[in-house]
Amino acid sequence: MANDTNKQTDGDAIDENLKRVYDDMLNQEVPDRFKDLLAQLKAQDAAADDTSGGENE
Amino acid sequence: MSTPDPREQLVEHLPAMRAFAMSLTRNSAIADDMVQDTLVKAWTKIDKFEAGTNLRAWLFTILRNTYYSNRRKAKREVADVDGVFTESLSQKPDHDGRLQMADFQRAFAQLPDEQREALILVGASGFSYDEAAETCDVAVGTIKSRVNRGRKHLVELMGLDSDEALEITDSATMAVVSGRSGGTM
Repeated sequence: MANDTNKQTDGDAIDENLKRVYDDMLNQEVPDRFKDLLAQLKAQDAAADDTSGGENE
Repeated sequence: MSTPDPREQLVEHLPAMRAFAMSLTRNSAIADDMVQDTLVKAWTKIDKFEAGTNLRAWLFTILRNTYYSNRRKAKREVADVDGVFTESLSQKPDHDGRLQMADFQRAFAQLPDEQREALILVGASGFSYDEAAETCDVAVGTIKSRVNRGRKHLVELMGLDSDEALEITDSATMAVVSGRSGGTM
């Protein structure tokens, strides 16, 4: 019965839905572009380190 | 070295960054562009990150700053909302509460940005009020009141009374179930 707990109902139902919405988004697969981007950034840094002190165009 | 490079941890926060970005933008393409910008900023400004503090909160701060400064630039706020919430939902047919969830997501998408982000941070992603306040750069009391107003607002938008909320869930579920099963009932 809903009657016993009606004071709590709104907040609980809303938080539960919020979590479901959020978890739904969390569980989506992360596109490769982000991992590629991170790898690219890393490679850039490595390259910059190698030529550090180098040519300042 | 005992302190790992926080840049190595960025990848772990990608799902959360996307979820937060989607809840702000309500548009998956814009959300992903924002996450990309945020990653580049985080990578290049990693020295601004204080080791040992909350990396996720730091990333969310960059993310929302990106969002709000883009929003200011592009004044077409509402134009691009693409039902990102219902989209994700429809990928997995649900055994229960589907109609109610669709209503909820529609209502959620209509909330003012500030209420939506406060609810996501505190209500869904487990930030404390303090962390959320810091992330949004406002006082703790402001976050609390945004969360409260957001909750009330959602209830209004969905047309729920506190007494009815549970029953509506049930009857909505019944409606969906009986509607979909070809009226065998």
